Amino acid sequence: MNLQNLTQDKTYCTVLTALASVTLLIPLCNLIFPEDSALHFSAYSVSLIGKYLTFALLGLSLDMVWGYAGILVLGQGAFFALGGYAMGMYLMRQIGTRGVYGNAELPDFMVFLNWTELPWYWYGFGNFGFAMLMVLLAPGLLAFVFGWLAFRSRVTGVYLSIITQALTYALLLAFFRNEMGFGGNNGLTDFKDILGFNIQSEAVRSVLLLMTGLSLIGALLLCRWIGNSKLGRVVTAIRDQESRVRFLGYRVELFKLWVFVFAAMLAGLAGALYVPQVGIINPSEFSPLNSLEIVIWVAVGGRGTLYGAIIGAVLVNYAKTVLTGLMPDAWLFCLGGAFILVTLLMPDGIVGLLRRRIKLKPTPNATRGQPA
Amino acid sequence: MMISAITTEGGASLPLGGAVDARHGPILYMEDVSVSFDGFRALNHLSLYIDDGELRCLIGPNGAGKTTLMDVITGKTKPDSGSVFFGQTIDLLELDEPAIAQSGICRKFQKPSVFDALTVFENLELALKTDKRTWPTLFHKLNDEQRDRIHDVLQTIALPAQQRQLAGALSHGQKQWLEIGMLLMQDPKVMLVDEPIAGMTHQEVERTAELLLSLQGNRSIVVVEHDMEFVRSIARKVTVLHEGSVLTEGTMDEVQNDPRVIQVYLGG
Repeated sequence: MNLQNLTQDKTYCTVLTALASVTLLIPLCNLIFPEDSALHFSAYSVSLIGKYLTFALLGLSLDMVWGYAGILVLGQGAFFALGGYAMGMYLMRQIGTRGVYGNAELPDFMVFLNWTELPWYWYGFGNFGFAMLMVLLAPGLLAFVFGWLAFRSRVTGVYLSIITQALTYALLLAFFRNEMGFGGNNGLTDFKDILGFNIQSEAVRSVLLLMTGLSLIGALLLCRWIGNSKLGRVVTAIRDQESRVRFLGYRVELFKLWVFVFAAMLAGLAGALYVPQVGIINPSEFSPLNSLEIVIWVAVGGRGTLYGAIIGAVLVNYAKTVLTGLMPDAWLFCLGGAFILVTLLMPDGIVGLLRRRIKLKPTPNATRGQPA
Repeated sequence: MMISAITTEGGASLPLGGAVDARHGPILYMEDVSVSFDGFRALNHLSLYIDDGELRCLIGPNGAGKTTLMDVITGKTKPDSGSVFFGQTIDLLELDEPAIAQSGICRKFQKPSVFDALTVFENLELALKTDKRTWPTLFHKLNDEQRDRIHDVLQTIALPAQQRQLAGALSHGQKQWLEIGMLLMQDPKVMLVDEPIAGMTHQEVERTAELLLSLQGNRSIVVVEHDMEFVRSIARKVTVLHEGSVLTEGTMDEVQNDPRVIQVYLGG
């Protein structure tokens, strides 16, 4: 073992342990302790923490594609929102006759628009398994088509970033339209049940938090495994010397596409876990600003480390909760300020800062160990 | 000795189906190739033949078209006209960079291009000749034979002690060697080597000359270099490029005494 890996592993293990404790303890405390106990977490805090964890998963997905493959995606929020819409469609179908209009076949907004039958693309969303499949397939397919065209034409750098931004903006405009059949600017909301259980109940909220935590831990392990695989090294090599990799015989565009699609599916999963916990999905999730925020989470946490994205996402969103409560107008300035400060003062983010503190102590060997 | 271990490794069959057919002598044919950029003729009806197993040096003043020539062979630049064949059967103009690399033509860049964020060992591992599609790469594990091969190449390029160091921490000369090692890992039939001794110490230059000489025979090597002393020490045959075409070819002595070469280099 060498020093750099060891310190990385130490932080990695700490983050993993913290995640596991949050995932297991908070739902337990919520269910076991009575409401007046100091150890009880309110349904509100359970949902809030659950929301942070879905953002952490979203940040993780961006770190795969940005930190490892060097593709600065400014539209990662689009895949998150698509996953969210797939979940939202399932939850809408669960409402059944309990809507305002009591129509068993159509969601309220379709009745309101005088639609008489369900559009074909809503078929199958009554089935949980199918909806979960679409949570991964819809963002995955969009990423595949978009990435195929972009990477094959060797669109890179800032141009690629801008067209991903345009992609999410185009989807924002499209989903705003009532004719699209996704509820227009109101989006999908007023959910009742998930798998037959009341979505408002504390038990379901605890289970959702548990599921989110487990997904995040699983995703972190998977991402780390991929990062340490040969594919991870090829992708890192592409980030630093793209043409060199091509002349080694690797099809660079396919490797980029692979990571891009994988990250999009991960973001879709995050969106699907987000929607039942906040109770709504609407087109604002596609807004370019959301996607920029994800970049800031990862930059603040430390790019290319995976756990840094998790730390960054949770910290920035916690700050957002606190600050928007105290002075709502100042939040965007704080966010922008944080991004500038991080870029100027700590280019490797919080994780880089931690690492540098460890490195300041005298070390026997600055390289990655001596040969065996 | 170390070299033979590399070359006797049973070569996996080419991804393109056929082996390179060099029975008629030349392994690389460039015929009447022209390339222009915005009206500037980088290559002008250039014809060049490289024999199987030969070590060829390319020289020429700046702007003579040496790097463009390598770009055309490796698929980076598509010529306006002309034909480029690898052996008798493989039309390089129909292939893209990864396919050309997999068919057995490898290239060392002018500026050493290694992956600074990876270790020396990992750099060689990525270059290893193996299945380079995405899913097989994800699940790839080195077997003993491949590990031995990486260690053989580490010996050849004199970097076994640095194998766990980040490539970014190597000296300039060591990076050049590492990149040559990465070419060897691909078990190429043709190596295109652009300015291999830039930034090397005198001893390193000597070792590089030995290395290149030991590698010829089993593969063809095309070296672009400005250092005439180095070219003299390795070259059997030298090709002089000027304004995008071949000015003359021959031994170093013949070339250096050619009045046209003298005029091109010293100005008329």
